[in-house]
This record gives sequence, structure tokens and C-alpha cells, in this order.
Amino acid sequence: MEDAPALERIVRELLASQRLAVLSTETGGAPYSNLIAFAAAPDLKTLVFTTPRPTRKFSNLCGNARVSLLVDNRSNREEDFAEAAAATILGTAREATGEEREASLALFLEKHPYLSSFARSPECAVFRVEVEAYYVVSRFQSVSELHVRR
Amino acid sequence: MRVLLPIHQAAGADRALVGGKTLALARLGAAGFQIPQALCVTTEAYRRFVESGGLRGAIARELGRKPFEDMRWEEIWDAALRIRTLFDRAAWPVDLDAALREGIRSAFGDRPVAVRSSAPGEDGVKASFAGLHESFLNVKGPAAVLDNVRLVFASLWSDRALLYRKELGLMPAESEMAVLVQEMAPAERSGVVFGESPSDPAQAVVESVWGLNEGLVDGTVEPDRWILLRGTGSVVSHHAPVREKRVVPGPAGTVVSDLPADLSDRPPLSNAELSEVFRLALDAEAFFGSPQDVEWCFGKGLLHVLQSRPVTARSTPDGSDNRSWYVSLKRSFANLKTLRGRVEGELLPAMGREAEALVSIDLPALDDGKLEEEIRRREAAVRKWEGIYKNEFIPLAHGVRLFGQFYNDKIAPEDPFEFTRLLSGTGMLSLERNALLNDLVQRLGADPLLAERVGRDGRGDAEFEIRVGRLFRDYGDFFGSAGSEAGRRGVLSLLLEMSRRPPGAPEGSAGDGAALRDRFLSRFDGEARTFAEELLGLARDCYRLRDDDNIFLGRLQVALARAVEEKGRRGSGRDGEGTGRIGGGATIEMLNDPSSPPGGGVPPVMESASFLQKDRQLVGHPAGPGFAQGPARVVRKTADLFEMRAGEILVCDAVDPNMTFAIPLAGAVVERRGGMLIHGAIIAREYGIPCVTGIPDAIHRIRTGDMLSVDGYLGIVTRVAAASPML
Repeated sequence: MEDAPALERIVRELLASQRLAVLSTETGGAPYSNLIAFAAAPDLKTLVFTTPRPTRKFSNLCGNARVSLLVDNRSNREEDFAEAAAATILGTAREATGEEREASLALFLEKHPYLSSFARSPECAVFRVEVEAYYVVSRFQSVSELHVRR
Repeated sequence: MRVLLPIHQAAGADRALVGGKTLALARLGAAGFQIPQALCVTTEAYRRFVESGGLRGAIARELGRKPFEDMRWEEIWDAALRIRTLFDRAAWPVDLDAALREGIRSAFGDRPVAVRSSAPGEDGVKASFAGLHESFLNVKGPAAVLDNVRLVFASLWSDRALLYRKELGLMPAESEMAVLVQEMAPAERSGVVFGESPSDPAQAVVESVWGLNEGLVDGTVEPDRWILLRGTGSVVSHHAPVREKRVVPGPAGTVVSDLPADLSDRPPLSNAELSEVFRLALDAEAFFGSPQDVEWCFGKGLLHVLQSRPVTARSTPDGSDNRSWYVSLKRSFANLKTLRGRVEGELLPAMGREAEALVSIDLPALDDGKLEEEIRRREAAVRKWEGIYKNEFIPLAHGVRLFGQFYNDKIAPEDPFEFTRLLSGTGMLSLERNALLNDLVQRLGADPLLAERVGRDGRGDAEFEIRVGRLFRDYGDFFGSAGSEAGRRGVLSLLLEMSRRPPGAPEGSAGDGAALRDRFLSRFDGEARTFAEELLGLARDCYRLRDDDNIFLGRLQVALARAVEEKGRRGSGRDGEGTGRIGGGATIEMLNDPSSPPGGGVPPVMESASFLQKDRQLVGHPAGPGFAQGPARVVRKTADLFEMRAGEILVCDAVDPNMTFAIPLAGAVVERRGGMLIHGAIIAREYGIPCVTGIPDAIHRIRTGDMLSVDGYLGIVTRVAAASPML
């Protein structure tokens, strides 16, 4: 059983090793999930992702900023049940503007330099997710919560 | 598809495909040595079997519940049993089954064969897996052979093999197994030869028994032993044992039988045959280029090679690793029967007499010098019996394990621990103790005035007090509370709580236990049925004795505590609290689990400055089926237990054998110490209470009052809502 520093390490490694996360948003009580590229701030309290404005997720986020994300390191083998780790992330997403947008973009592009033209396009919004908690699942069913102290 | 390979085609095969044993024999056969006809079921077959059944993922999950290095041996054994049961229940892929069945039928028909492990990793120069994987002798017909091949596959995942591979740094997940199916040579005499003695490079060693080698390998039959000079082959010494037994083929498998008188007074080998065996070892050494450890037999005048592997330092019990200890984890039936006889017939009665003698001494009547002497005498007695407990009582648990594996191999039950239901209802002393407690509880429940008086004064009427006195006298200390007023009050307060919500009686063996027993025994006839009955009887005795021994040791520990208290009362500077002696139960716990520090002092859970950790779902081992929800009662010390309320979830480091009386009150039991056959789990199952064991740091991660749901089927504890303080 991991203690908080070990869980934090698991989360840090997951967020560093994985390029994509599943993002869940909601509209009118209907959940909606899709894959996004993301980057995490060094303190793990903020995540950044980008999205073009004419998308469902953008529209959903305008109506309800509460999000859940899933990041995991599964490899689609049977061993995943014992070896894979996953973090369910709860938080609130907000579009970044001005200087914050530039700083967030820099963080995002440091991890995803190949997405530069996509992320820098004028119609692409930059979102910051303020993380409330990570629910870390390891060893198939072992679940611990890490709540952000603010 | 190379799932089956005749041994004469295996000499040039890849070791990864056929394993070490097959390869060595095939090469010897090709060079003209006399080897039995054989087929190799390759690692390709193993791979197809585990992949088609989804076993790879299931194994990973069993071994992944927590880090392997954090698992106690008992937990590893439990996981190994569950894995073995998965193998027992998995079906062969249809085409693989057909191919193997046909190959085995055309090679052997219904003639008896030996089914032996041949893992690619075993029998190297660096490591010897001798005795760690399984072999089966005298197996007849393709169906039986396939069943045994499956068990040899599973033995790759036995507790012993897992521990040994871990020690060698081998990755369990990458391990595979081939199996050698070998025609039974007509073995009149058998043995092993070390071309070079592991303890003296100038010598060779030959060991030999009448009958099959199995008796020698598992220690049931003591062999004749010759030491020879490697250079000349001349005999340095011959040790002749008292020859009484031999292992011979039975109707299926093997049986130990008495050696006929005309064989018992002569060694299994003549001088000429001894030289022939020695010569065989040197020939094999010349062939392989390194000294060999050869298993052989004589049948119809011919010397057959059964297997050959390099001699390593690890080949002997005094070798550099723990293999021999891992091998010893599995005790033979004969060995356990002897142990049971000694424990029940000699040790427990002697222990009882000793406790009786100590208790009968009138402590207040002793002068200070005599009291000091008495304390030392009692300390010596406790030390002596703790040693016996460790060496003689704890191994009794193997009787239960031996039966469990046998039962599962025969029945292949969905629940790998179904066999424990055939063991309950054996009249364990702790159940008797709990029955006495129940009697007090019922008196309190039936008589409100009595209950009120006990609650107020801590004393009942004369009748009640006599019964309480008897309880404390016969059943030792509860959680180290011997004799103290606070302990007495604590126990009484718990009894009052029980009287307000009387717990159920133990489920006992009536009903499904009896039905399961009948179903189990109906699978056997004749001698095999006798064996099955004996094994079940052994397991039931071991199960009961493993519980009773705690009660007896508790009595001795109480006797010591009383003497120390007496001295404390006289104010001679050594009071009952200050002797460094922890409660009797905790000592028993340490004997059972050396990893457990006194007082369950697990290091506190580390925290983080940035995050607040809340454990939502904790995974342990399913140790008692059932589901329950309730507030946690974390028990770290005596007083915590006495505050327990009906329906609370008992959370502890380890259920102390002397605190099991509170279990009937609990909604469920959660403990850090892992295992299916540990005390808390045994008692919880007796009462039908859900139980999860092996929850890391349980008493630090869970707080009294946390609302828990306990899933005893899956081994999961979930914190379901924010805790509210219990009043």
C-alpha cells in the first residue's frame, strides 16, 4: 500500500509518461468523453490542454466547467490487471487568456512540440484544469485519493 | 505446432522448448545411455494452455495484490493455491487436448508413466530446482496423464518455486514449464549418485533404497549411503540404516509399504552394482563435462538413468541458498502423522500438566526468595514451550495445506478454500471458551437486574462470579488482561454489549460440511478412499490442534504474569507492568509472524505537503466470504477491544488468538496479517463473518468510526463515507 509521497510519484510518472488523457465533460446531464493531449504543471495542481472552439467539448465546457480526466499506462495485455496504474482526475477547467495563455501554451508545447501549429492557431482555446483530487488506482483495485492542499 | 516431442528427437532441441531435464536425458539417450522411453510436453503446450484459459492475467492479478516482497509466506501459499485451482479448473484447448491425448495414447497406451517437471530454468549450474516442482509416478492412461501434466504446470507457481525464483532474481512472469512423460522403469532398487560430493570434491556419494526413488527424495525412506573415492571408486564408508519401508506403485500413484524381511537385512546394491552406479556417474560426467547428480534405478537387471543434472553447491542442504528450506515447506503425510501423534499425545498434555502444576502453587505463601525462584522457573517454562511451539506446533498447519491441495486437485472447486468447511466443527478449545462466554452473555441477557449490577459494580451474583472465575482460570488472559481489575471490567463490559445483541452460534460442521465431505470421499474407492479419509482426519486434527496450542501457551503465560504481579504487589521494584513482557497473545503473534513488531508498531504512514491522502479502497486477501458494512473499530490495545459494539468492523494488526472471543460481535474482520488459515480468518469463518486479511498498515490507514464496506468474497475494504466520530 502506497503512502502519499509514493502516490504522488505514481501520479507524476503517469502524467509525464502519457501523452493522452480521456477528458469527460457534460451537457444536459449527458456525459461525453474524448481523447486530448495534455501537459501537467510541475506541482501537479494544474493541467493544460488545448481544443478548437467549434467542438463538443468546448461547448460543453462553456456550460459546465467541471471535468473528469483519466490517465493510465495500460498496454492492452492481460498483465495490465496487475501492473497498470490509472489516475482519475477531478477538477475545474477554465480558458486561459493573455499572459496566462502564453505560459500555459509554453508548458503544453514543451511536451508536445509537434502540436505547435495546431495549438497556436487562433481558433484553438487553451484550457487550464485546476485539479481538486487524483484518484489513483493500482494493482487492479487498490484505490487511494490524493486531495490537493490549497 | 511442437507441443509434443519424442525424447529421441529432443537431443538437439532448444532448452527453452523442452526444459533442462528432457534435454539432458535426450542427449544421454542419443549417446547410448539406457533411458526410459519418454515424450516431452513442450513449453509451447504450456503457453497455449495458459493463454487460452486467460491464466496469464489471472496469475498476474493473484501475485499483484501487493508487492511480492511484502507478502508473508502464508499469503504466497494462499495465492499459489488459488493459482493451482485455476489450473485445476482450466480446460485444455480442444485441438491441443486431442494432439496430446493421441500422442500419449500411441506412445504408452495405459502403461504406467512418470510425469516430471522439465522447466527451462531448472537444473542449471547456478540453480537447482530439485524438489521444488512436482513429479507424479505411476500414472495410467492419457486422461490421468493430462491431469497430472496440468498439475506439473501449476507447480511452476507453487509457494516454494515462487520464493526460490524470487531469491534467484528470476522473473516469475516469464517462467514456463515443459513436462517429461516417462515410461515407468520397473524399479526394484533406486537411488541417486553424486559424481562429486558437494562437501568433498575428492569423493563421490551413492544413496540407494529398495523400491522407487520417491521415498528417498521426500525423506520417507532412509537410504543406504556409500562414500567412494572419486579417483579409484573404492568405498570409504557405508552407512546402513534400519531398512523398514519402501515406496512401490499402488493402484494409482505410489504407496509406502513394509519391506519384506528378506530384503531388510541386505543393502539394495551389491558391490558390483555399486561400482556400476559409480561408473555411470563418471560416464555422465565425461559426457557433459561436469560432475553430475544422477537419479537412477535398477529394473530387470538393467541400470536406467531417470535424470541427470550438474552437481552444484546448492545440491545439498548445507548449500548456499534456502532451497532446502523451501522444499521443507511441504511436509509429507507420514511426517505430519508422526507430528500430530507427538503434539496430541505428548506435547499438549505435557504443556497442560506443566501449566496445571504452576497454577496450583500458592504464590502469596512463598517467601520473597522462593517467589523469585518461581518467576525464573516460569520464565524458563514459557521460553521452552515457545520454542516447541515454533518448531512443532506451527508446522502442523502443513497438514491443513496438504489436505487443501489434495482436495482441490480432486474436486477443482470454484472456491479454492472450500476445503476449510470440512475442517470446522472440531470442538476447538477456543470455541469451548467462547461457549462459556456465551453462557455468561445469556445470563446477562435473561436477567436485567444481573446486567445492571454487573454494569454498575463490575460484580455479579455468586453463581455468576463462580463462572467468571472459571473462565479466567481455564482460558488464560484476554489480550494480556490477566488478573487485572481493568481487564476484568473490560471483559464484562464486552459481555454486556454482547448480551444486548447476542451473536449467533458457530456454523459448525453440520449441513454443508457433511455434504461436502461425502462428495469428496465418494470420489475414491478402496485404498485410495482410506488414504483420503486419513488425510481429512489429519487435516481436521491439525486444524483443531493449531488452535488449541494457543490456549495452552496462553495458560503458561498467565502463570508467569501472575507470579510477576505477585512480586509487584510486594513492592520489590519489579512490578507487573515493567517486566518488558507483552501480553501473552502478542507473544504468540510474534511466534507466528516474526515480521510483526511488538504492539503492531508499523511505521506511521508518510504524508505529503501538497496532497492530502485518503485511502478509498484497500485490497487484501479474501479470507472469509460475505459482505458487511459498518463503522470501524480499530483495535490497537486492550481497551479498544473492550469498547467494541455489535456490528462494528474489527480492524487490527492481527487477530490475537486470545481475543477471538470478541469476533462473534463483529460485523466483519479486517487485519494486516495475511492468510486464509490464520487465527482471525479461521474463527471468522466458523461464525460466518466476512473477513479480509493482508490489508497493509490496516490500523494506520483506517480510523475508528470510518464507515467501511468489507467484501470478503473479493478481499476488498472500501471506505464508503466520511467518518463521523463514534460515541
